[in-house]
Amino acid sequence: MSATTANETPNPAQRGVWSEFADVLRSEFCKLRSVRSSFWTLVATVVFNVVFAALVAIFIPPHLSTADLATTDPIRLSLAGLHLSQIAIGVLGALVITSEYSTGMIRATFTAVPRRRMVLAAKVIVLATAALLVGTISSYAAYFTFQGFLSGDKLTSSLGDPGVLRAVTGGGLYLAALGLLGLGLGIIIRSSAGTIATLFGLLFVPTILVSVLPHSVQATIAPYLPMNAGEQIFIATHHEANTLGPWTGFGVFSLYAAIAIVIGFATITRRDA
Amino acid sequence: MIEASGLSKRYGATLAVDDLSFTVPAGVVTGFLGPNGSGKSTTMRMILGLDAPSTGRVTVNGRPYGQYRRSLFEVGALLETRAAHGGRSAYDHLRCLALSNGIGRRRVDQVLEQVGLEEVARRRLGGFSLGMGQRLGIAVALLGDPSVLMFDEPVNGLDPEGVLWIRTLVKSLAAEGRTVFLSSHLMSEMAITADRLVIIGRGRLITETTVAELLAGGPGNHVRVRTPESLKLATLLRARGISVTAQLDGTLHITGVDPDVVGELARVNGLRLQELSTQHATLEQRYMELTGEAVDYRTADATFASGRVAP
Repeated sequence: MSATTANETPNPAQRGVWSEFADVLRSEFCKLRSVRSSFWTLVATVVFNVVFAALVAIFIPPHLSTADLATTDPIRLSLAGLHLSQIAIGVLGALVITSEYSTGMIRATFTAVPRRRMVLAAKVIVLATAALLVGTISSYAAYFTFQGFLSGDKLTSSLGDPGVLRAVTGGGLYLAALGLLGLGLGIIIRSSAGTIATLFGLLFVPTILVSVLPHSVQATIAPYLPMNAGEQIFIATHHEANTLGPWTGFGVFSLYAAIAIVIGFATITRRDA
Repeated sequence: MIEASGLSKRYGATLAVDDLSFTVPAGVVTGFLGPNGSGKSTTMRMILGLDAPSTGRVTVNGRPYGQYRRSLFEVGALLETRAAHGGRSAYDHLRCLALSNGIGRRRVDQVLEQVGLEEVARRRLGGFSLGMGQRLGIAVALLGDPSVLMFDEPVNGLDPEGVLWIRTLVKSLAAEGRTVFLSSHLMSEMAITADRLVIIGRGRLITETTVAELLAGGPGNHVRVRTPESLKLATLLRARGISVTAQLDGTLHITGVDPDVVGELARVNGLRLQELSTQHATLEQRYMELTGEAVDYRTADATFASGRVAP
């Protein structure tokens, strides 16, 4: 065993920072694809979206009155499965980092790559890519499944209709941002259970809490709550008062994820691994 | 070479590592020895930049670990617990870590073969025995063919064949001129494997020495005397300020003097000696003496002198 024959890359320590980052990216992609939980959470994302779209398309339209139809957004309805698939993506985002802490893998990771922020950046990119890809595919699959399962002409739409393309694409964007929020919280919290509980607490609890407040206060706060803000991006036609615009809402939602990730990046070098 | 100077680590109220300074030179096996909980793993984590020292600093080949790029080429480490995801295969675990440093598949196959895991390379780590996990950790350490190797409790969980394998591996790595730093709480293992010893207790350096030096000196060596007139002899010795302890078997243990001094004293006073011998402490005993005060928890009736574990 000698230094010259053992390695295929004779002097890799001297290559630049970008080639170093490219290697860390490959490593993080390798980690993502080599555990079953990634595969199953991504499959679950697609399955939830598609199955819900079919079920909603079959069972909901007969119950809708003309008044209902006027206030129902067909895209939001076809993406009803997002409420479940977001759990799968959120869990995946959390596990990308928390599984390393729970198994001790993080110590092997940081021993191999002492630049911790480089590891985190690679995780962000790999997760965002996977979540955006699978999220977008599942969102479009849900849209077409919904259209395919509709009988009659209630709720039909085409991608050319106003806001439809943006809303269907927005389903994928929403899932990607949500996955990043899970990752960001995971970097800070480190434990899988704690991260997942916090993530879904953050999504569901504020909405419930705000509902007990006086209406005037509700109207001010509610649009900025994570889920209320985030879901605007996958609604084609807005019928509700007191909501943010689609891109503003998505921006606010992404900001939650960004804040979590920035805190994670800021603290990672100061905490013991 | 690893150099620690004034290294301390405080967790809340407890000082896990306390002003520790030592050097681990290249070309020899250095054993890092101390009772459980004495701060060995914490120190190793600080060397690897995983935990930040509260005070002091530690460098590997002159640089703090955090400054390394593609560090697998510089330092290979087997960490105390299995630092691996149980759902991943051995091959994927190595592959992912190798990729992060730009190391190719061929090297992954090589280290798998070197540690004897090629047959189970595709199996998930969750089903690995402790010994297989240790071999995997060693494979990770060897990936970048580094000049510095650190193994935290490498023989834990290994069968006798595995222990022998580690011993041979570690010695051959040092013989190639590498720095090898090996932690253990077992003196008996270190005595066979290590050349140099860094002994700590309760986070503090007890001694930095060689196995040979440790065996040679110290209060563990004593003169054993058997005589029907032990009380008389003991009184005579004590009158000269020599430390004597009477043992249950009727012999006297005399420390701090040569046997001929005792013999002469007995002859002059007309005392009959049935046995007069120098007793060398085993490494295990020396280790117990050194760390005895530093052990946090020990069995109340432990009599270290009765230990007869030969190295």
